[in-house]
Amino acid sequence: MSAIVQNLLGPGWPWVRLLLYLAGIGAFVGANAAYLVLAERKIAGRIQRRPGPNEAGFGGWMQPFADVGKLFAKQMMIPPGTDRLLYCLAPLMVMAPPLICLTVIPYGENLVARNVDVGLLLVFSFGSINVMALMLAGWASRNKFAIISSARVVSQNVAYEIPMLLVVITLLMATGTLNLNEIVGQQGGWFWNWNFFRVWVNPLMPVTFVIFFICMLAETNRAPFDMAEAESELVAGAFTEYGGMGFGVFFMAEYANIVVGCSIATVLFFGGWQSPFVVLSGPVFGPLWFMVKLYALVFTVMWVRWTFPRTQFYNLLNLSWKILIPISLFTLLLTGAMMKLPLLLHHLF
Amino acid sequence: MTTIAAFKEVCTGFMSLLTGMRITLGQFFKPIITVQYPRQTLKMPARFRGHIRLVLDPETGKSRCTACKLCERACPSTCIAVDGAKLEGQKTKSVTDYRLNFTNCSLCGACVEACPFDAIEFSKEYNVVAFTRDAFDKMDLVQLLAARREAWTQNRPPEAPPAQLAPTPAPPPAAAPSPAGQPQTPA
Repeated sequence: MSAIVQNLLGPGWPWVRLLLYLAGIGAFVGANAAYLVLAERKIAGRIQRRPGPNEAGFGGWMQPFADVGKLFAKQMMIPPGTDRLLYCLAPLMVMAPPLICLTVIPYGENLVARNVDVGLLLVFSFGSINVMALMLAGWASRNKFAIISSARVVSQNVAYEIPMLLVVITLLMATGTLNLNEIVGQQGGWFWNWNFFRVWVNPLMPVTFVIFFICMLAETNRAPFDMAEAESELVAGAFTEYGGMGFGVFFMAEYANIVVGCSIATVLFFGGWQSPFVVLSGPVFGPLWFMVKLYALVFTVMWVRWTFPRTQFYNLLNLSWKILIPISLFTLLLTGAMMKLPLLLHHLF
Repeated sequence: MTTIAAFKEVCTGFMSLLTGMRITLGQFFKPIITVQYPRQTLKMPARFRGHIRLVLDPETGKSRCTACKLCERACPSTCIAVDGAKLEGQKTKSVTDYRLNFTNCSLCGACVEACPFDAIEFSKEYNVVAFTRDAFDKMDLVQLLAARREAWTQNRPPEAPPAQLAPTPAPPPAAAPSPAGQPQTPA
């Protein structure tokens, strides 16, 4: 299919491909942001034994349109005393990294916008910009709640980058590549080849995933680690002074970041577009499996949010520095030892 | 030793988190228990205390009240004012005006207890809304009873017409009896 189009367009194909992926990723992010908000509210409702939003059309299915319509109808205000440039730049900066990260995620065997060799590195380097955007939003707002939120965002993200990267390094030692599509390719066949179940590489692989997941929650500022927003104590944290679609963009970015985080978790631990059984794979079922795994993880993120109350700030930092970092260091050492000990024994005897 | 204790704490803590998640997932799959209020309403329990109202005697379609004013005297908040008159061809007085000052009423029920004729009861109305203050501090229970009597006339079997209510032969078909819990505006 793509080969035919490629022949038809000739030298114009790379540009058309670029535009197609741009539109596709834009639409994917937009649809996710709109409908994950609804899904979150529906899931929250179900967990609390109530139906969730159910008035706006077809049992609540038009709710995102109502929300966006309301946000667009609001006036964009720049409060006096704010740093105008940073204040306007922050929503753009918070939205850009997840969009860039999604270009290297392999949705299917051949369905990846840019099959970069350092895809994982790219995701983590751009993922870190998210923190800076939130910090700028809080800093530029000239609001005490926003400033407190900025300080929290930075210390939280600094604390959780470390175990996150340690865990990823552990995984990289097992995979030996930063190319996300190759990492998925290594996990083919039955589901026990997924990195999550590869206990012969490292018996603590499931623990590694749990640490990754906790760090992902913290990095995306999701409950129970939503110190940055903390609506009961900080109004809306860094977004307090934003109104209308400026506020909406922060929410879109939050959900886009969740999608990116869950995509990375899917790719690294659950075999990306690989079928859990050997059957039902291929260019059609691959993206379907990817989506199933992705949304199962997204559901877990929401499920966690509506299960646990917000942690206290020092507990949050204690969790990272006293528990997650030692454990992830230990898994790193263990993986190294398990990879090199056979070689050493072979060398000695 | 402390390392082992810390390790144990981490493990038990994690297991407790999983227990919490299991409970919320269990709730997720259970049916919804909230009532979608304006579309669904709950039936008020038998002992629910709305504002008092005059009992509509199902035999006669009128109030049983004889304007004996025992309720007026029993009321600790003096929020009841009853007026009665002796109608033609009747041995007892009947109520002509029954005013309830609902703004002072504490719903204690002393009036209901005191009534020797079971002529007043608690209504099941909780949607009491009006645009004027008079609707609450001069609640006209006789008029409310008249409104209910219309519904009663339409629903009652036609072969037993009471003598007093003869001049209503053709009730309008559109006016249906108000269902329980429907918002009501006292006149």
